[in-house]
Order: sequence, then C-alpha cells, then structure tokens
Amino acid sequence: MASVSIPSLMRDLTGGLARVEAPGRTVAEVVDALNVAYPGVKARLCEGVRLMAGLAVSVDGRLTRLGLQQPVGPQSEIRFLRASEGG
Amino acid sequence: MANNKNFSVIGTRPPRVDAAEKVTGRAKYGSDAQLPGMAYGKVLRSPHAHARIVSIDTHAAESLPGVYAVVTSADLLSAEERAARVAAEDWGFLAACDQTLAHDKVLFAGQPIAAVAARTPTLAEQALALIAVEYEVLPAVVDVLDALRDDAPLLHPGLRTRSLAAPSEQPSNVAVYAQQLKGDPAQGFAEADVIVEREFRSLMVHQGYIEPHVSTAEWNADGKLTIYADTQGLFAVRDQVVWLLRLPMSDVRVTPLEVGGAFGGKNNSYVDVVAALLARKAGRPVKVTMGRADTFLGTGPSSGTVIRLKLGATREGRIMAAQAALYYEVGAYPGSLAGSGAHVMFGPYVFPNAQVDCYDVVVNKPPTASYRAPGGTPATFAMEALVDELAEKLGLDPLDFRLLNSVRNGSEDLDGDLYHHIGGVEVLEAAKAHPHYTAPLAGPNRGRGVAHSYWGNWGARSSCTITVNPDGTVGLVTGSVDITGTRTSVAMQAAEVLGLPLERVKSSVGDTDSIGYSDVSAGSRTTLATGTAAIRAAQDVIAKMSARAATIWEVPAESVTYQNGVFAVAADAEKRFTFAELAAQLPNTGNTVIGVANVDVGEWGASFAAHIVDVEVDPETGKTTLLRYTAVQDVGKAIHPSQVEGQIQGGTVQGIGWALYEGYVYNEAGQMLNANLLDYKLPTALDLPMIDPVLVEVPFPGHPFGVRGVGESPILPPPGAIANAIARATGARMTQLPMTPAHILKQMGKI
Repeated sequence: MASVSIPSLMRDLTGGLARVEAPGRTVAEVVDALNVAYPGVKARLCEGVRLMAGLAVSVDGRLTRLGLQQPVGPQSEIRFLRASEGG
Repeated sequence: MANNKNFSVIGTRPPRVDAAEKVTGRAKYGSDAQLPGMAYGKVLRSPHAHARIVSIDTHAAESLPGVYAVVTSADLLSAEERAARVAAEDWGFLAACDQTLAHDKVLFAGQPIAAVAARTPTLAEQALALIAVEYEVLPAVVDVLDALRDDAPLLHPGLRTRSLAAPSEQPSNVAVYAQQLKGDPAQGFAEADVIVEREFRSLMVHQGYIEPHVSTAEWNADGKLTIYADTQGLFAVRDQVVWLLRLPMSDVRVTPLEVGGAFGGKNNSYVDVVAALLARKAGRPVKVTMGRADTFLGTGPSSGTVIRLKLGATREGRIMAAQAALYYEVGAYPGSLAGSGAHVMFGPYVFPNAQVDCYDVVVNKPPTASYRAPGGTPATFAMEALVDELAEKLGLDPLDFRLLNSVRNGSEDLDGDLYHHIGGVEVLEAAKAHPHYTAPLAGPNRGRGVAHSYWGNWGARSSCTITVNPDGTVGLVTGSVDITGTRTSVAMQAAEVLGLPLERVKSSVGDTDSIGYSDVSAGSRTTLATGTAAIRAAQDVIAKMSARAATIWEVPAESVTYQNGVFAVAADAEKRFTFAELAAQLPNTGNTVIGVANVDVGEWGASFAAHIVDVEVDPETGKTTLLRYTAVQDVGKAIHPSQVEGQIQGGTVQGIGWALYEGYVYNEAGQMLNANLLDYKLPTALDLPMIDPVLVEVPFPGHPFGVRGVGESPILPPPGAIANAIARATGARMTQLPMTPAHILKQMGKI
C-alpha cells in the first residue's frame, strides 16, 4: 500500500496520525481509499476531479503534473505540497 | 556528459547573439511596434483604494475629435454574460475581468476603470480626463496585520480562507492559510540553550524593470488577432487573451518582442486584453503603453510582509527548533506567496523540529505578482538575520555556524522530502575560503556580514526546432522569451551537441503559431529546460542526418557515427562527411532535416548562494555605504560564465535595492505616495561597489551538461548580509526592509 504523509492541518481527520497507508493505483484511488478510512480527506484535498487550487502532489519525491491521475506503486510515498512559482 | 571537461562551446564566453542589435539601439522592443493607422491607448485608473463605482460617463471622451474608442467593463463582458458567470460561480474569471477593467467596485488605487484609443497619446490622455466616474468611497485596509482584525473592512465578502484545515464559513481577508509541522517544536525549544526571537517587516517592492508594459493589438480582416507583446511568456499572453475574450486559441497569435527587464513582473498580462478590446472597437491597431506611475500602481509588486521568527540552538551550535509565522500581503485579489517564502527561508538548514504558519492576506493594494525568487527575499532576510544573531550569541563564526547546520545530500526538508545533488556546503566552504572573508576591515563604524540562501528552481515545458540549412548552418527556434541571454545559452548547448561553432547556429524565439507550447521564462528554468529541449532537438538532427548518410552510402544506419563534426563509417575511411558536406547533400537526397523536441522537465537542481559584504555606517546620519561585495553561488555548470556572472551581479543589485532603498509607501487611504523613480529609489552604479561573483560548479546530474538555474538565487542573501554587516558595524540588529537611515538610527537608539 502507498504511504501518505498527512499535512498537519488535516491530522484532525486522522486522529493525529502524520502518516497513513492506503491502497490505490493512482493518487485519486489512494485519496478515495483514505476518504473511506478518514471521512473528509477528499473534500480537503480535491475540488471535483482535480486537486485543490494551490496544491501539488509528489509521488516518490517527484512533483507530478498529472495530479490525481498520477500512477502510484505499491510502495510509493505520497505528499501533498503547496504549488509554488518562479520569477 | 556533465563531467566531460572537453567542451568546445560550453563554458566559453562568446558575444551574446542579441548583443549587436542591442548595443547599437536597433533591437525591437515592445514600444517599437509601429503599424499603419495605429492608434494609442491609455488607461484610466481608480484614485481610490476601495470604492463602489456608481457610474461611468464616457460620452464627453467619445465626442473628442481624434478619439477612436472608449472601453469599459461592459465591452469586456455584457450584462447577460456577467449574469451567467455569476450564476455559474465563475469567480476566478470575474476577478480576472475586474482586474482588466473594473465592473462595480475597485479594490486598489490604480485599478483600471476605462481605456481610450486616440490618434495621439496626448489626445488619449485628454480623453481620459473627460471620463466622469462617480465613486462611493469605502474604508480601505492597507496593512497586513490590520486586515486580520475582526473589525477590518472585508475586500471580498464572499472570500473564505483556502486551507487544508477544517473549512470555515466565516468570511475573511486571509486568502490562504498553510502550515508545515515537523517533529516537536516545543520539545526542541526545551532542549535549546539559546533562543532568539524577532519580528521582521518589509514593504511591497516592485521588480523595477526599466521598460514599462506595452502591447500592440491588431485584428486582421479574417477576425484573427495578432498581439505584439512585451512578456516573459508568449503562450501566457495568448492564454490570458483567449480566456478573457472567449476566443479560439487558433485565432490569436502572440509575437514577443525584446523585453526591457521583467524579473517575474511580465509573467502576467496587464494591457494585452485592453489593447485587443480597443483595437476591435476602433477598427484599427492600438498600442497601449504604461507610464511609470501606471507601472507602480497597476502591475503586481512583491508582497509587503510581517514575519515572526523564533530559533533555538544548543550551546554547541545545533539548531534544535524553529517557529515562524509569515503574513504576506497578496494585494487586492487572492494569491499565494507566503508558502514560497517559507520554503525558501527554511531551505538552507536542517531543522529537526519546526512549525511554520503562512497567511496570504488581501489588502487594498495592487495584486502581487512574481518577483525574482517570489516571496523569498524578505523571508531569507528574517532567517539570515536571526541565524546570525544566534551565532553571535553562541560565540561561533557565522559561516561555521551555518556549515554546522547546513543541509546536505540526504537531509530531510520540512515536508519530509530529501535533498539530493545540492551544493550548499560547497558554497559555504568557498565563501569561507575566499580572501574577502579574512581580509582586514580597518576603520570605525565598519562591519562585515554574511548570509546564505536556498532557491528551489524549476523545469517545466519547452519546445525547440532546429532546421538544417544546405550551407551547413542551422536555424534554432524556441518558444522561450529571452530575458537573460538564453538565445545564446540555449544555442550553445545545441552547438555543443551538433559539433558546430556557435556562429553557425542562428537562435531565435518564435511566435505562438510557429513553435510548440513553452512555459514562461521564469523560475530560473530556461537554460535548463529549454536547453534540454535544444539538446534533444540537436540529437534528433544528428539521428536524422546519420540516417541520410546511411541512405547515401547504402550502409545500415547504425554503422554511421558522428564525432567532432564528422559523419563516418568506421569500417570504410572513404565514407566521411563533415556536417556542412552532408547538409549540402540534403536537398538532393530527400527532405529537409528538422530536429524537433518538446520536453517537460520534471527534475531540477536547487541553487544555494552565500554573500559577503563590508559596510560602513555613518553614526550621525545612518547612511550605509557598501565597501566590498562578494557573491558565491552554486551554478551547476556555467554554460556561458559571463552571462551567469551577469545574473549574479544583477540579482545581487536588486537584493541591495530591497535591503537599503526600495518600498511602496502608502497613506492611510491606500494611495501610494512614491509612484515615481525619484521617490522610489532604485540602486544605481553610484550606490554600489564591484559585485564580485564567484561560480561554484556542482553539476546537476539531471541535465546533460549539469546545468542548474542561476537567475533567482542572488537576490536572496543581500538584505540579510547587509543587515548582519550593519549589526557588526553598529551593534544594532535590523528588523525591517528597507533599512533606511531612519530605521538604522532608531535601532541604534539615536532617534
């Protein structure tokens, strides 16, 4: 199962857990699985079928443009990060 | 390739491909666009920071002879379309429209209200004065902490804070709230022997590009629109124009002209849509040129900030804990820069325990935009000033303290990601070994300061084509606007792969109809990502020419090699073509050879810098004089060292502007008091010592030549380095930017 870092502001949903595991072949499937175990996770992370504006996701240490559609391996590490910009 | 020292082109210092045009004054900038029958556009801006628009009467302006068109928000969006967008809750679109031409409310002094196209610029100005706007002035909020108060005026009554926390139904001026938490900060502070804590403030700062924004729009007879733009991103302009004017992408062509400075401020489009609206209504091309006041008031500066920071360390010098709260003004519309500031300020060091809270707050000021290392400069100032104070309290050398706590390959950042292929330690060691650091600094009121910094850099999407001409030259086209000399640095990478001298590579930037999508030239990405595209396109050329040689020689393609500018077959010494010889054969043996590449670079290397500065402070006046400046930076691999040095010098000077001179000054009503270059001081050559750049090359292995972005890093350390030098010179710690003489005297206890 993928390992997901839970942002500190969302740990009220996971009983204080900073890292949880969830199954899924894509980030979207992992988020769906998380939402079953920890209701409310999806509403915080997603806007419809997209990640919330201003949010990015990294899988195995690499930011991905695919967002929720990014494939996830069985041992993948997933983090939700702020999207940033350059000048 | 990164370790190959036998480069022919990489690492040399040829003249920039745009040098002759620029130094002879022939280069065509945005304001040089001139079309038959062209009219001149001007924009009317709100004098009020917060007001309801009761009415706009344009009749007198429209009646003025020589006026061709007047536009307001009604020309951008009809009442029916607006109602439909409101019903669809399309707030992002409506906000973008209001920032182009305000509909019923203005949220900052300088917001566009109407625009005029006339026969001459003077006539357009006269027509603006004839537009009667009735306002109902509302209370404004101009300070970030005031905007957080419960009784603060709400800029957007519908705005709810965007956050990963439990949603709130309470309207707020906090657009975005984010938090990072690592370890147990309370425990970390409990284990610290020394704790320092301060509040730092900074003002809004403008990018200060010399050339104000300009756009020229022309509608063709077939209904297609061409825009001659002054921008960092031709596709960004296209996307903004088609979005707001609801046009097919194929109907808009954007041609970029030379750019007279940008620094992040031309990622955004400010006058392109207005120019297009005026041109459509006037039935003729229209050029809209902003003045300097327009530029200060009507474009996006960097955030004003309040940053509260607390650090704790053991007496041996290990940082144990950090706590920070970053409050960033994002201007009148929601945006996000505080998170970027946090990422930058916590980048250089290992923090086993930390909590960072970031607040992006709307205020009645211009909507902020990117400025070279967006959000990072005031944040790095705060961190470097406090790290220095901590080192001083511990009795440690400031560079030794930084080295002790520096991130290394494998260190974990606040999000839990690991650093890799970084050169932070190498940069600090190079600074420590530099003669400047140990040179005697004689005389009273003098001090030496250092600061360190981190910038993440970027990759993203770039396109490149290389066409082989029969005479052996090649034409290279990218979609990346050249704001830093990248036509040269990108062409050098292609020339290296092609085995050609640079002068045989003609390098240019295409328009949106002629080249594939490319992201903005920003984030220190162009030499890395567009350079990667050029390398791939050059490799495509070599593969296609090798195949052509194989066809001519009737040998298997895999038997053809290309080395040192020669196609050959190892088994047959007779089979040999130079690049030019094979290029000459192309028209008679098949189709033109065109190399094509379209990349999305997903990995990039971070950049670290360390600056050393000597200052002298006049204890009577508080005036700071810079005596000597050294800027050390990890640049990966310098493709064109002179250009890299230029980036470091330019970025450092802008950081010096942040440190000592620059800042938007407002009255309580939210009106800017220094919207001109006399009262808003930019650093000039008279204010500066030689900036001595030192290149440290720790190659980034994700790029074939080891490139990492260089443009943004150098703006970050100057405020911290100068503050620390002033502290050594005066014994007083600085807590605001700019560090004006008044602030210095106040901190010294003299006023």
